[in-house]
Amino acid sequence: MSDAVSSSTISVDVAVVGAGPAGLAAAVAAAEAGARVAVVDAGAQPGGQFWRHARETVQPEAADDQPDGHGHHGWSTYLDLRARFDAAQRAGRITYLPGLQVWMAEPGFTLHTTPAVASSGTVPATVTASRLVLCPGGYDRQLPVPGWELPGVMAAGGIQAFIKANGVLPGKRFVIAGTGPFLLPVAAGIAEAGGKVLAVLESSAPSAWLPHLAAASGVPGKALEGAEYAALFARHRIPYRTRSIVTEVLGSGRAEGVRTAKVDAEGRVRPGTGRAYTDVDVVGFGWGFTPQMELPVSLGVDTRIDADGSLVGVVDERQQSSVPGLFLAGEVTGVGGATLAVLEGLAAGAAAARPDSTTPVKQPAAITRHRRFAQAMHQAHPVPAAWPDWLTPDTTVCRCEEVTAGEITEARDNLGARDARSLKSFTRAGMGWCQGRVCGFAAACLGAGPGEAPDAGSLAGSAKRPLAAPVAIGELAALD
Amino acid sequence: MNFGNGPRGSDVLVMGAGVIGAATAYFAAQQGLSVTVLDKGLPAGGTSSACEGNILVSDKELGPELELTRYSLGVWHNDLAEHKKLWEFESKGGIIVASRESSLASLNRVMAVQQGFGVDVEELDQAALREAEPHISREALGGASYREDCQVQPMLVAAHLVRLATEAGARFIADTPVTAFLRSGPGRSVSGRDGGRVTGVRTPRGDFPAGAVVNCTGTWAGELAALAGVEVPVLPRRGFVMVTEPLPPMVHHKVYAAEYIDNVGSSDAGLQASPVVEGTPSGTILIGSTRERVGFDRTVSTAALGLLARNATALFPFLERVKAIRHYHGFRPYCPDHLPVIGHDDRAPGLWHAAGHEGAGIGLSAGTGKLLAQALAGLTPDMDLTPFAPARFGESGAHTSAHREEATA
Amino acid sequence: MNPQPVTITFDGRPLTATAGQSVGAALASQGVTAWRSTRKGGKPRGLFCGIGVCFDCLVTVDGETNQRACLVEVCEGMEVEGS
Repeated sequence: MSDAVSSSTISVDVAVVGAGPAGLAAAVAAAEAGARVAVVDAGAQPGGQFWRHARETVQPEAADDQPDGHGHHGWSTYLDLRARFDAAQRAGRITYLPGLQVWMAEPGFTLHTTPAVASSGTVPATVTASRLVLCPGGYDRQLPVPGWELPGVMAAGGIQAFIKANGVLPGKRFVIAGTGPFLLPVAAGIAEAGGKVLAVLESSAPSAWLPHLAAASGVPGKALEGAEYAALFARHRIPYRTRSIVTEVLGSGRAEGVRTAKVDAEGRVRPGTGRAYTDVDVVGFGWGFTPQMELPVSLGVDTRIDADGSLVGVVDERQQSSVPGLFLAGEVTGVGGATLAVLEGLAAGAAAARPDSTTPVKQPAAITRHRRFAQAMHQAHPVPAAWPDWLTPDTTVCRCEEVTAGEITEARDNLGARDARSLKSFTRAGMGWCQGRVCGFAAACLGAGPGEAPDAGSLAGSAKRPLAAPVAIGELAALD
Repeated sequence: MNFGNGPRGSDVLVMGAGVIGAATAYFAAQQGLSVTVLDKGLPAGGTSSACEGNILVSDKELGPELELTRYSLGVWHNDLAEHKKLWEFESKGGIIVASRESSLASLNRVMAVQQGFGVDVEELDQAALREAEPHISREALGGASYREDCQVQPMLVAAHLVRLATEAGARFIADTPVTAFLRSGPGRSVSGRDGGRVTGVRTPRGDFPAGAVVNCTGTWAGELAALAGVEVPVLPRRGFVMVTEPLPPMVHHKVYAAEYIDNVGSSDAGLQASPVVEGTPSGTILIGSTRERVGFDRTVSTAALGLLARNATALFPFLERVKAIRHYHGFRPYCPDHLPVIGHDDRAPGLWHAAGHEGAGIGLSAGTGKLLAQALAGLTPDMDLTPFAPARFGESGAHTSAHREEATA
Repeated sequence: MNPQPVTITFDGRPLTATAGQSVGAALASQGVTAWRSTRKGGKPRGLFCGIGVCFDCLVTVDGETNQRACLVEVCEGMEVEGS
């Protein structure tokens, strides 16, 4: 463990936020290029969400003994990065600050942090650095559906994280629904851990041509992954139903079943295709991912809408944003998965270590190939345009403030609230604990109106969170 | 919502759909005038969306502002009574707390004068203060209770008043910035620009002729006035507000420190803050508020956050362990003499102003709108608007240019 | 290797968990799916995002209110209360 936490202010050359695939890679690359690096991460140990694993203090072998740990893809990549990370830490080149969340990033750059868990005793640190690499990752994107606020309904990634970290299941009988390739490893993880997956419901119909796509994009590894999942689904008899959605989660006080239906290419429910699954105790939803954009947005980076409809940061070939000295890697430049995140992290870390170097970054071709593949995947797994039709007026959209779809459409139609920001003020959608992280995309879609996608302005308004994490007023009182 | 179909002309054209413009449009429509409201964005996109929604009597200086406040309070309670629920009107009551003997003495003096002017204020001794606010600091010596202080959700006020105005025949057009004024007839030259009567506005969507053009553009009012060749010295004064995690009710009134009143009237450019702490129906606690003259700088200030946090915990020590989940800032539009500009601008006939209400715009909006509508309809307003007349800034307002430079420096 | 069992209390009753587990995992794996009621509708809530983003799983841990059950790790004798 690092000994540098004794001081409350740490000055380094390069600060990295996040210790997932992109953050680990960036830290290692920057340190190996000679920079002094500090890594701030909310997790208690390195790996992020993708390489989340059991507590090393409890199960020390988890970190190194298992060659392909816990069904993790790219575990050998993790072990390699982790070894280099640990070595750089031992050499004093990396100061590792786990268990801390950045609540504010100031230009220039200064990171203010707060313990992710109040009772952990972790000491907050202030980190200053002339270069900053933001690798905050993302989380499952959600579309509301009647009953999704019932206990037992979880984010697909939340189920996966639960299994990876705890080695147990959050229930026995699962239905997984949404869109995107990520639903496959989630279902596979459940089955491997002994859970019953009653169905995986995919709103698109991409599976037939996916392997060809992977090969054509020049990332054959992805085709192999697809084949592995197909075999695994067959072995565990997991039905994979395309053009299918959950139309309602059933249950009183907790999820007990789901109603499903077939949809057309736009997501409109096809009459007469409804069926029900009973005796379900966990329903997992995932509609792609939402990059954690509050820190990049607060520092003023140029943004754009990616192929999946997400707000992402614009970067150059060295992963530098429109703000000099501020580099982005991983999902915040466009959702693309761990392999791409590592490549971007390596490029960003190396560039941040030597900001004036003109040496071309390594593997730009690989980054381009993976980005192209990610774009194709997004196009194959769109958020169905007709999803607002699935809602009833009393469907909860904002889980924190319990704002319904009816209240949101009324504010849109009668008060002229077309963007996430006005909707928030008029209805309180996005005003609660999570600050719109969960409902922001859906609310922005509803504000844009039927058939319209939210623009970058509306999503940036939603991602504007001047406090990037809750922070105790007593901690703020210490600022001068 | 109407987006510009039909004839473009109207009796009254309101620029700006914040609370002031919305109230003006609402009451003008009630007077039977045809009204068009233009906004460069959506309703309540400026200061109305970044404030606390105060309707306060407690912080007003004696004179025309207090008079307008009390008039406006009547409008909120009577003319707008049926709509109270739409904008979460809450008769919360304000309490001013003194933590030093000296501030307690000044508070008592202020109270005595206010009572003389009919303000409903009651002295609270230490025990009564504890009873009203059980979690107040042990250091608090006493206070004053203002039962008339209340609160609304300001964005809902603006949006619903615009909606109600349109239901009464007005038309609202979003995303329509004014780029120039239409002038006509023989007129004097003002500040080297084309003079003549203001007969409407020019926008990227075309021209909108109007019998009267009302400038309700808040912090942008000076800029708009300049387009008409007149100076109205409305300047921005930045304020930060912090919002806590939702909690069970802990703070029951709008609670300020006695020093708040001094800051409101102050012209000091530096960072100032007095604690204003209040619970809200949603469970969050609002912690305000700083006052800084830094132009339109949107940079988050750690100094401002630290000051707010220290002041708030001094008033309510339990807040130390409570988490802030967001903060926001806005720009109060203020005039150097701390009075709003309300009325016809004789320097540019046809142009009217209603702006510069500083931190009191929400509370004053209802009264401002009603009085202005009366004047626009050719009636004698219920209250004399002379103290707020734009003419007080002189022939061209040129003497105020120093303030403009200061504001943008 | 078998991780150490630890005992925590949930609303006063003892619950066996495993060292390294999150409070949320300890509760969910014992069949407790909800431990919070919403402010407005009084609706039950438990784990949702599982990674500290949604704040749906808030619990009181050793007197400290509004802690994310998905992030707090169990330890021997920990007192957990719903809210």
